[in-house]
Amino acid sequence: MSKENKEKPKLKMAIYWGAACGGCCVSVLDVHEKLFDVVAAADLVFWPIALDTKYADVEAMEDGFIDVTLYNGAVRNSENEHIAKLLRQKSKILVAYGSCAHMGGIPGLGNFHNREQIFERVYHTTETTVNKEKIEPQTQVKVAEGTLTLPEFYNDVRTLDQVVDVDYYLPGCPPQTERLVEVFMAIVTGAELPPTGSVVGATEKTQCDECKRIKTDKKHIKEFKRPTEVIDDGVTCFLEQGLICMGPATRSGCGYRCIEGNSPCRGCYGPPSTSPDPGAKMMSAIATMIDSDDPDEIAKIVEQIEDPAGTFYRFSLPGSILRRKLIETHT
Amino acid sequence: MAFEPIIVSFLCNWCSYTGADLAGTSRIPYAPNLRTIRIMCSGRIEPTFVLKAFREGADGVLMCGCHPGDCHYHEGNYKCLRRYHLLQKYIQQLGIEKERLRLEWISASEGKQFASLANEFTETIRQLGPSKIKKVMETLT
Repeated sequence: MSKENKEKPKLKMAIYWGAACGGCCVSVLDVHEKLFDVVAAADLVFWPIALDTKYADVEAMEDGFIDVTLYNGAVRNSENEHIAKLLRQKSKILVAYGSCAHMGGIPGLGNFHNREQIFERVYHTTETTVNKEKIEPQTQVKVAEGTLTLPEFYNDVRTLDQVVDVDYYLPGCPPQTERLVEVFMAIVTGAELPPTGSVVGATEKTQCDECKRIKTDKKHIKEFKRPTEVIDDGVTCFLEQGLICMGPATRSGCGYRCIEGNSPCRGCYGPPSTSPDPGAKMMSAIATMIDSDDPDEIAKIVEQIEDPAGTFYRFSLPGSILRRKLIETHT
Repeated sequence: MAFEPIIVSFLCNWCSYTGADLAGTSRIPYAPNLRTIRIMCSGRIEPTFVLKAFREGADGVLMCGCHPGDCHYHEGNYKCLRRYHLLQKYIQQLGIEKERLRLEWISASEGKQFASLANEFTETIRQLGPSKIKKVMETLT
């Protein structure tokens, strides 16, 4: 151990995945050689993707033992919920890391269905499934050796802050690694932290505010197209080309990775604080761009937006105002 | 107790609110179910207002503005019309009955029309029954 580390106790850090793809955990590894700085300043006490710490070890920790926890993933099942509550209790700072923990993310699109519908599709009707015995996951099953258990799959996907109190949000799918390093270094160096509940690692501006593509004030859209139907000229605003781009309703901070790659913004950084519902903001923005005053023509143009709910709320359905499809089943 | 619909109505200052006012000063009786919010223009009705009204328990939402061509700000009501179409498509995807959201044009002289719209819309919502949005969208923490 080097000298300066002795002077300052190391931070204790945990990283956990709820209902997530694993990309957020990988984004932490994307710090590359900076990982040495991270490890020099922090002990990773719990990180299922990389370390073999058991849940029982976490349960044995004192309350507030962990300094910072990055929780990525939405809350989809009872295991996610249990660990979210456990880590809240054991952590001084709990960060909702990535789109899923922040607003529900891609797993949040499960809120267009309920458990029964998802099980029906996944275990019975998918084209590649052969399940003659109609087996579905059970929370408990008795076998000769004893009782086996599985977490309970909920009807509803929730964001992390719909389950426990969250101190900070670090949005993105996944969060830009540079932003994570900045936030981490701020914590390590003891810089003054923003007020609880802040979104960190992103700005208050929208993508459009800083997008380099050429925009004119007059956007007139007669036809909405899908990306495959347009040959992008590489310089004009996507919306002006008739492509849905979530730029007007999305926070900047990601470094415009999608737009730089000639792909419209999909909205993973979530909405800026001034317009908390991304879909409402998009509906507002698009309404000013549709070039028609005739009710029938407007209806026809709107019809071309194939899936407004799924497009505008791709990363944020559970965290939005109308947070799920109206199906009357609750867990 | 019989179901009494809760309806949130957004009325523009220049035509629809004045029309509703006319219904009042003309002493035309109409259903008391509307909770009216006056805004300066139907173009001010942000989709957030509508979604929030539903989320907080409205059984129906009524948007009213000046007739096309009559907007005090030239084109606010057209913006409202486009938002309405977008909102309609979105709420139907979420399984909300399209009848729960309605857009109508009411001019300052249409007090009678406003009263019958209020009655008719209240009746439609009464037939549909209470909205389940608030209950279903609650997060159980």
